[in-house]
Formats: sequence, structure tokens, C-alpha cells
Amino acid sequence: MNEHTSSGERPIKIPLMQRVLDNPFILLFIGIFVPAVFYIIWGIMEIVNIPIAP
Amino acid sequence: MSKAQFRTCPETGLQYHKQAEMLIRAHAVVAVVILLIGGIAALLVTLTRWPAIHLLPADRFYQLLTSHGVNMLIFWIISFEIAILYFCSSTLLKCRLATPKIAWLGFILMLAGIVVNNAAVASGTASVMMTSYVPMPANPNFYLGLILFAVGALIGCFVFLGTLVVAKDEKTYEGSIPLVTFGALTACIIAIFTIASGAIVLIPTWLWSLGLINNIDPAMYRVVWWALGHSSQQINVAAHVAVWYAIAAIVFGARPLSEKVSRGAFFLYIAFLQLASAHHLLVDPGLSAEWKIFNTSYAMYLAVLASMVHGLTVPGSIEVAQRSKGFTKGLFEWLRKAPWGNPVFSGMFISLIGFGFIGGISGVVMGTEQINIIIHNTIYVPGHFHATVVIGTTLAFMSLTYFLIPTLFRRQVAFPGLAKWQPYLFGLGMSVFTLAMMGAGTLGVERRHWDMAFTNTALSFDYPASAFTLMGIVGISGVAAILGGAIYILVTVVSVFFGKRVESESSYGFDMTTLSRADPLLVPDGGHEAAGKWGLAAPGTFVLAMFFLVIFVLYYAVNWKYLASVWPMS
Ligand code: HEM
Repeated sequence: MNEHTSSGERPIKIPLMQRVLDNPFILLFIGIFVPAVFYIIWGIMEIVNIPIAP
Repeated sequence: MSKAQFRTCPETGLQYHKQAEMLIRAHAVVAVVILLIGGIAALLVTLTRWPAIHLLPADRFYQLLTSHGVNMLIFWIISFEIAILYFCSSTLLKCRLATPKIAWLGFILMLAGIVVNNAAVASGTASVMMTSYVPMPANPNFYLGLILFAVGALIGCFVFLGTLVVAKDEKTYEGSIPLVTFGALTACIIAIFTIASGAIVLIPTWLWSLGLINNIDPAMYRVVWWALGHSSQQINVAAHVAVWYAIAAIVFGARPLSEKVSRGAFFLYIAFLQLASAHHLLVDPGLSAEWKIFNTSYAMYLAVLASMVHGLTVPGSIEVAQRSKGFTKGLFEWLRKAPWGNPVFSGMFISLIGFGFIGGISGVVMGTEQINIIIHNTIYVPGHFHATVVIGTTLAFMSLTYFLIPTLFRRQVAFPGLAKWQPYLFGLGMSVFTLAMMGAGTLGVERRHWDMAFTNTALSFDYPASAFTLMGIVGISGVAAILGGAIYILVTVVSVFFGKRVESESSYGFDMTTLSRADPLLVPDGGHEAAGKWGLAAPGTFVLAMFFLVIFVLYYAVNWKYLASVWPMS
């Protein structure tokens, strides 16, 4: 829901950041995506790229 | 939805959904039993690291260290956290719990996991310590127990999210969820990442221990394991900060200084806190300096900033509430006249100060690649994390328990005199314990080391006498803190199972408490600033924060200076 109405008249625009903070599933996505990319995937790529000893 | 499914606490007005109430109780009781097992292991491990006593033989030491680490860090804390998730969703949102039957399934899996893992450790075939680094093998049931527990906890997280959806759908609240529930949501999100990482690393390791997979790469294992190992600490941070906000509201009727700022700080946790796991790998070969520095410095500092925001706004909101009640003399009357005899408050405040001053400052030092090397893998590390997970999280959960005994379990707090002193014994004992560990670590004493005297070893090392003295202080203060932990368990178990029923607030068991309801009238005319000084709403807290900053900067600088002296450049 993007908009609340005050006393049934003018629609009030809810700021974007508040809409993000009010949506648990967007937050869940951010909370998984950021560490998965910067910590896990980047870290694993570095390990995978270590050359195997002959 | 029938009203019969709910019970309203006559004093606090909290509404408990009956199924949620049973689940919260079950998780809390299991958590306390685990704390007892972990506490007995703590005693034996501490008495071994106390050089003058050196109690256990090496194999028993590592077995009990494994038991202590896993039971405390994973089973006690996460079991209690699932109870908190149900409380913050169902109870605070006055909503029925989504899918109680599935929640019970989660509980049973967690319990089964605890039993299977503990049996493996007790058999002596899984003394691999909580990190269980490959290629050191453990009995397969060690991993299986952790996996079962993790699946159960994951179910708990999804039941929490489901309850948020039900609450929104059934319009049990208006606008945004309360800040405390938002803190619990932060903990839940971090928990989902943590548990998923645990599954990625532990399922193959279990298969490897069964002989179904040939090889697990140790470097790869460490990267993914620490996404479990350290992120689980971040669940704790988010959960105990939520508990701080809750207790500030419960005891003082305090309202957050700024909902926006506090929620923004929780958001920083969600996005950045988990990256800090990288500081465990700062000396690992194979990972680039870019990866290490990005994850431990640039990004992690945003999460540190968030902790400093909470550290400022929680006492700040208490100060504003106290000033509004007339405690306006000088900078600190609000703090002096706080209910120091009420363990709900005293425990929470010691938790906040200990977490910030000891755990927070040392954490930033350890997270800095260059100065980390001074103390890497020394006993400084357990010194740091006992300040965060024991003084910070465990003590915060203990103080919340003193509120839950009368309101959730409807029992009087037994031995109120002991309960009053418990947070001091536990918190101050632990403060000395952690500081002494950090001192010994700075002198080079290793963590997880059975015998710092190196008796009969081929290669030995002589620590200065002061290192032995500091480890003696670790032993004495550790035993004092364990006594504090034992009092908590005694009070909790006797109250819950044998305590008198409560009739009203006056029969809660400790007479020094009256519960304040969050009261909008506490904001004086003219806004928060009107009760403050120098145009500041919370001048005392501001001074405390400046004091914190000075210590922080000094300690940080001292470490760089120390690094320069241990590693001279020519
Ligand atoms: C009064 C309470 C406690 C005392 C006296 C105590 C004492 C100790 C001692 C002496 C060690 C061994 C350090 C080493 O040799 O490396 C240790 C390790 C540890 N403790 Fe505690 N502890 C207490 C409570 C807790 C709690 C409540 C938690 C978690 C919530 C916890 C988590 C840990 C962990 C994770 C380790 C590291 C295990 C490892 O290295 O594998 N402790 N503790």
C-alpha cells in the first residue's frame, strides 16, 4: 500500500525509504543480497582463483 | 479470530496468543536448561585456564570447550531469540501466531538437534570446537545436530515473518510495526542469512564425515563457515538492541528519541553488519587485501555507526523520560535516581555499557586489518566476544527474563534479594574477566590453549609473570560471573516451576518495580529539548557519548603506537 489518507481527504505520499522499511520482504532481500555478493560470492571467487599447485 | 485464543496480562495490557505463549515458554525453558549445561562447561574450562588450578587433562578441556562454545553461542542464544521473535510478533502486534503447528515442528527439530549434537560431543568423538574446521573430523552426528537445529530455527524465522503478514492482513496494528518488532525483524533477517550459510557449509561437511564426499577445501570452508559463525553474533546484536529499547519502554515509559534514526540504524545492520564476518579471516592466505579491507572497514563501519546510534538513543530516551518526570538536576540526576535495584533495568544498563565500552571498542580494533595482527588468535578474542555475547546479549536476555517471569509465566520472582544483585555479580564479574583476557591477549597468551606453561613440550615459550597473573584474574572473575549465572538459573527455575502465582503488579516479587507504560505525555511542552540543558534533549547522554569517543580514539591510537613498536620499520 503506497498511500494513506488522512481524514479521508488528501492522499499522503509515504516517503520511499519508509516504504522500504515497512516491507519485510524487501529488507530480507537486501539483507541476503548484500552479504551474499560482497562477502560470500566475492570471497569464494578469490579462493577458486588460487592456482592449483602443480 | 476468537478472543478465547488470547490472554490479556492485567497489569501490562500485553495480549498473549495462547499458542504463541506456550511456544515462547517452551523455547525460553529449553534456552535456560542449555545455559546451565554451557555454564557447567564454562566453570570447568575456566578452572583449566586458571594456571594455578589447571584442572582438566587436555582431551577433556577440548571436549568441554566444544560443549561450552556450541551450547552457549548457538543453542542458548538462538533458542532464546526464537522466543523473542514470537513475543515481538504475536504479543507486541496483538496477533495470532501464524501456523503454530509448524512452529512446534521447528521447536521439536531444534530440540532434537540439541540432543543429537550434545550426545556426539559427550561421546568424546567430536571435540572439534564450535568452528569444526576441516580437515579435523567429528562424529557425523555433531554436524547433523547442528543441521537439525538450524532447520528448526529457520522455521521459527519464517513463522515470525508469517505472523507479520497475518498482523498486517488482519490490521492488528496501524502504520509501521513498532520499533522493537522492527529490531526483531532485523535479527530475523540476519538469522536467515546465517542459517542459510550454515546449511551451505554444514551439509557437505556432514556428507564428508559420512565418507560420501572426498574433500572439503579448508579455505572455502572458513569463508562460508564464518558467514554462519560471525553472522550469528549479529543476530544477537540486533536482538539485544531490540531488548534494550523494550526495557527502556517497560521500565521508564521511554519513547525512542527519533524513530527514523533508530530504524535507519537497524537498516544499516541489515545491509552491512554481516560483512564483518571477514575479520576472522584477516590473516588467511588466498583472500585479497581488497576483500578483507572492504568487508571489515568501509562497510563494517556503517554497522558500527549503527551500534553507536543505538548506544546513544537508548540511554538518551531514558534520560528524556526521567527528566520529564522531574529528575532534571545537573547532568546525571536522571541516571542516579534510576531504579538500580530493579534487575530489569540494572541488567539492561550494564549490558549496554559493557557492550559499548568493552565489546564495541575492542571489536573495532580487531576489525582493523593492521592492528588485528597484534592480538590475532590470542585470548584477547574471547575477551572481546564475552563482552559482546555475554555482557551484551546474555545479560540483556537475563534482564528481560525478570520481566517475563511475572508477566508471561505469571509467577513471582523467587529470591528477590538475590535477583537484585545478580546483574551486578554477573556483569561486573564478566567485565573484569574480559578486560583481564584482553590484557593477557595483548601479552600474547593464545586462545584455546590448554597449557600456557608449555610443560614438557618440545617447543616452549616463557610468558611474562604478568600474563600468568592476568590469567589468574580471568579465573577468579570468571568464577564470580559463573556464580552470577547460577543465581539467574536458580531464580528462574524456582520462580517458573515452584513460584507463587502473581495476583497484581505489587506481587511481582521485587517491590522496587512499577511498570511504566509508554506514555505520550512524557514528552513535555516545547518538545524533548524543554526538559534538557544547553538546547540538548539528553545532555547527560551526550557527555557520556563524548567520554566514550575519547576512550575509543585513545585506545585505537594506542594500538597503532603499539603496532609500531612490535613491528619496527627500518
Ligand atoms: C560466566 C560465564 C562464562 C565464563 C566464565 C566463560 C569462560 C570461557 C572460557 C574460559 C573460555 C575459553 C577461552 C579459551 O581458552 O580460548 C570460553 C570460551 C568461549 N565462550 Fe565462554 N564463558 C562464559 C559464558 C559464555 C556465554 C554466555 C557465551 C555465549 C553466549 C560464551 C561463549 C563462548 C565461546 C563461543 C567460546 C569459544 C569457544 C572456542 O574457542 O571454541 N561463553 N568461555
